[in-house]
This record gives sequence, C-alpha cells and structure tokens, in this order.
Amino acid sequence: MSASFPADSVGLVTPQIAAFESPLALACGKTLERFELVYETYGTLNADRSNAVLICHALSGHHHAAGYHTVDERKPGWWDAYIGPGKVIDTDRFFVVSLNNLGGCHGSTGPASINPQTGHQWGPTFPVMTVADWVHSQARLADQLGIERFAAVVGGSLGGMQALQWTIAYPERVANAAVIAATPRLSAQNIAFNEVARQAIRSDPDFHDGWYADHDAIPKLGLKLARMIGHITYLSEHSMGSRFGRDLRSDQLNFGYDVEFQVESYLRHQGDTFSTRFDANTYLLMTKALDYFDPAGQHDGDLAAALAPATCPFLVVSFTTDWRFAPARSRELVNALLRAGKAVSYVNVDSPHGHDAFLLPNDQYEAVFGSYMRRVHADITGETA
Amino acid sequence: MRADLQLIYDWVPSNAHVLDLGCGDGTLLAALARHKNVTGYGLEIDPDGIAACLGKGVSVLEQNLDDGLGNFVDDACDLVIMTQALQVLRRPDTMLDQMLRVAPECIIAFPNFAYWKHRLHLTFRGRMPVSRSLPHAWYDTPNIHLSTFQDFASLCRDKGVTIVDEAVGSADHEGHWTSRLWPNLFGETAIFRVRRGR
Repeated sequence: MSASFPADSVGLVTPQIAAFESPLALACGKTLERFELVYETYGTLNADRSNAVLICHALSGHHHAAGYHTVDERKPGWWDAYIGPGKVIDTDRFFVVSLNNLGGCHGSTGPASINPQTGHQWGPTFPVMTVADWVHSQARLADQLGIERFAAVVGGSLGGMQALQWTIAYPERVANAAVIAATPRLSAQNIAFNEVARQAIRSDPDFHDGWYADHDAIPKLGLKLARMIGHITYLSEHSMGSRFGRDLRSDQLNFGYDVEFQVESYLRHQGDTFSTRFDANTYLLMTKALDYFDPAGQHDGDLAAALAPATCPFLVVSFTTDWRFAPARSRELVNALLRAGKAVSYVNVDSPHGHDAFLLPNDQYEAVFGSYMRRVHADITGETA
Repeated sequence: MRADLQLIYDWVPSNAHVLDLGCGDGTLLAALARHKNVTGYGLEIDPDGIAACLGKGVSVLEQNLDDGLGNFVDDACDLVIMTQALQVLRRPDTMLDQMLRVAPECIIAFPNFAYWKHRLHLTFRGRMPVSRSLPHAWYDTPNIHLSTFQDFASLCRDKGVTIVDEAVGSADHEGHWTSRLWPNLFGETAIFRVRRGR
C-alpha cells in the first residue's frame, strides 16, 4: 500500500473478472448463455470463509466501492467513507466483495458487451434485468469465491433492495442483512421520475433507438437531463438550499437563459460529467430494475408473506430528509418484517442530506451501523461485541 | 442490572416473546435473550441507546411511544415491558390499552410520586420534589404525567385490568419491610404486573 493513501483506506485495489459459462435464466424469460462480472475485494477471507460481506450497489454505482485504482486517482471508491480498516465495514475483520451488476457499464456483461449469438454489441437488446436476476448472478459469484454464506449482505438504495432480495431468495446464505435508504417497492412518484429520465434519453436524437454505438454517437443530452432529474431527487430541499441558496454566478441578473444561479451550474456540471462516463442503455435498464422491484407483488401485495422465507436479523436504516425513499417506506418494510415475526432493527438517522445521506459521513449513522457490524463480526468469532 | 430490571427479569417467563418499550441500552432484553431464551424487540428513541442495543444483538426499533403501537398486531407478543417511560407519555392511559392489546400481560415500572421523600420535599420545602428517581427540575423534566402507586392501581381498577403482582423498589434497590406494608409511602419505584380483563 502506498504511503500516499490515508491510513484508514484499503489503498490500491485491482478489479478482477469472474467468468460464468453456465446459462443464467432471467425473469424476463430470456437466458444469458455466459456472462462476466467485474468485482473488487477488500480484506482477507478467513479460514472457514465466514467473514464475507457483500456490497450491493445503487443505480449509478459499480464495483469500485473503496480504495483507489491508481495512485493518481482523485477520489476513492463510492463507499470509501464506510469501508476500510477500522471503518464501519471493517476490512481488518471482514472480507468485502463488491461487484458491478449485470447490465452495468463498468466491466460486467451489459449492453455494451458483444452478444455471442450475433457477434455484435447487445445494445438495446440486452435483456432487462431485475433485482432477483442480479441476486442470482451474485450468488454465482459467491460460489466461485467459495463463499457459502455471507456474514452480511449490505446495500443502500437499489443496493438495499438487492440485500432484501437475498434474504428472500437465499435465506440460508445470508447471516445478516442491512437495508439502507431503500424501499420495498417504488411509489408512482418514483416511477414517474424514472420515466422522465428514460424519456429524456430515448428522445435524444443521438439515441438511435439504443444503437448509438453503431452511429458513433452518445445520447449525451438525454443522459445529462436524466442525471439532472435524478440528482434533484437525491438531495433534500434543505441541502440544496444551504449549498446554493439563490446564489448567482455573477453578481447581477442577465435576463437570459444561460446559467445564472449556482444550482443550475451545479446540476449542469453533474449532468455533463455523468453523460460522458455512464452508458445510456445501462441507465434505462437500471431504472427498470428499480421500477419492477416489488417482492410483495407475487403475494397479493402482502409484503410480510413475501418475506416469510427470510431467517436473518435485519438492520433497516432511513434518513430523515430522504424524500426519494422516505422513512415511511423503510417503516413499511420494518412493519412487514414485524408481522412476519423477523428479527429487525430500525433507525431513522437525522441528516439534512436527503437520499444521498447513505453515502456521506454521519456520526449517528456510523455509530448504529458500526455497532451492528461489530455484532455481526462478534457472532462469527463467538466473542461478545 | 438496575434493581427494577432485576425484579422484572425474574418475572419474565422463559421462552417468552416480549416488547420492551423504552428499552434503553438493551440490558434487560440482552440478559433475557441470553439466559431465558426470550425473543422480541425493544423500542427506543435515544441514539446512544439504539447503538448500544445493536451492539448487544438486541432487535431495536427507533419508535416514539407517543406514536403508539399501531404497527404491532393484536397479541403480537406474550408480554410488554415498560420501565421508566409511563410518566413521559402524552397519554399513559391509552398506552396501557395498547399494551394490553399487543400482549395479554404487561409489566410497568415508574417512579412513585407519593414516596415519602417526595412528600417531605413538597410539604416542607414547598417545591417540586427533586430526587434520585426524579432528578429533573420542574421546567426541564420529561416527566409530564407523574403518578403514585395508588393512582396506577386505581387506573387499573377503572379499566378492568387485573393486577397480578405489584412491588416497589428503592433507587438503591434494597427491599425493606416498610415498603411491603405501605408501598405508596415507602416505595420509590412502583412495579406492576397486570393482565388483560378481570
């Protein structure tokens, strides 16, 4: 590890690729004959392979959750605040596995990969993924890594939905589940925001019905708009207000439509950056996975019935100012777990940062999540936390 | 363990499924789980208490008791425990109804306002009692519904709730014959075990 990294960083990490040659049947009815998953690991797997923690990523996330890919990398992985030596997900204790989901655009098989049957890019014909499909593919990765049972499956937002799905699909393979800033299903408002984002992408002239790569084009404008819309839902009114207020870029009004307010500048910048690093077909696919997730749907809307197979203790965390997946959505999940008679703990963390709070440092969040993870580890070693 | 908790610990049957309202740092639930195979949940709003519970493996829910127990179905558990929380509730009487909806039996411990030292404080100093069990000043106390041993017994009678067991404790938790004879006067903490119906 280079001395230039902070002491509580996992340091330099190298992504790995796992290839799977046996077919994966998907919820949409199609089958992926073969696929690859890119992943990173931090920490060391213990002798009895009982200290593995799976990190599930959110809408625009990927496998790079902690540490640095190069010594020059400006920013560490997306959940570096919570993964590392001595951190909440303590890599001195746990073997952490973080992957890029199928359909992603960071190295796992996805729309930009070659379809072996056509020899051409999948593009828009890549199968629409569901959270359940992802969990099945993650279980394959666990098999390959020799992990029979995860000490914990952890995720925020869409990642939290995967953690929840794990407890339903593979209860015997999950010792603990942390479902953070998530929801047991999207509301009409959530789906509406996703649809606006999709329409922004699909109506971009450079989208070419998803075959933009064939035209050497990128639907940048659409992606930018989609990200701007999404980003608004990740922040709270308060966090936007305190960060930008009504501040102007110059000290006067220009009576025009160029960037005037700081918040406009910020959103455009976020959108621009995103549009050059994220794949449009992947974005469409990820938002669909969000929309489709509804474990209660197969049980006449009875979430408690859907959760019946789960056996592990749950930690459910929401954030006071999250209006994308509001605390009430987490409480719906908690109450269903109570009705199903499951062991569950719930914390509504006080934060001004809206949905994004699950990624940011916060003393209360770190205290409760840290306590939970220390107990997860104590259960492995048989010590008292 | 605090003496009121020790007494409650003894009253809880093995293998019970319990709800502990205002469970603090989870000491009681953790001990019950470890030694009596008791399962259940604690409700707490103090962040430090919640973190301590999680560290002990106690299932704890951040939930304000004044918001009620609507998320628990009828007979969700065998027993509801509430220590040192009755007096801070907006409506202790409706909470008692809810507790006995969620479980057939409950155990409630609260500071007895009729404790002799409190009476002396009020009688001779003419000021609101401040003591080990009531450490706050009148203006910053969370205790908005203080009551006495006899008040609670009378509420149970009015509601048709059966008192199965009653006890008093002192803050140093040494039992004394006087508190058994005159609990309303000599008990610093009142502890009731009550059952649904007569």
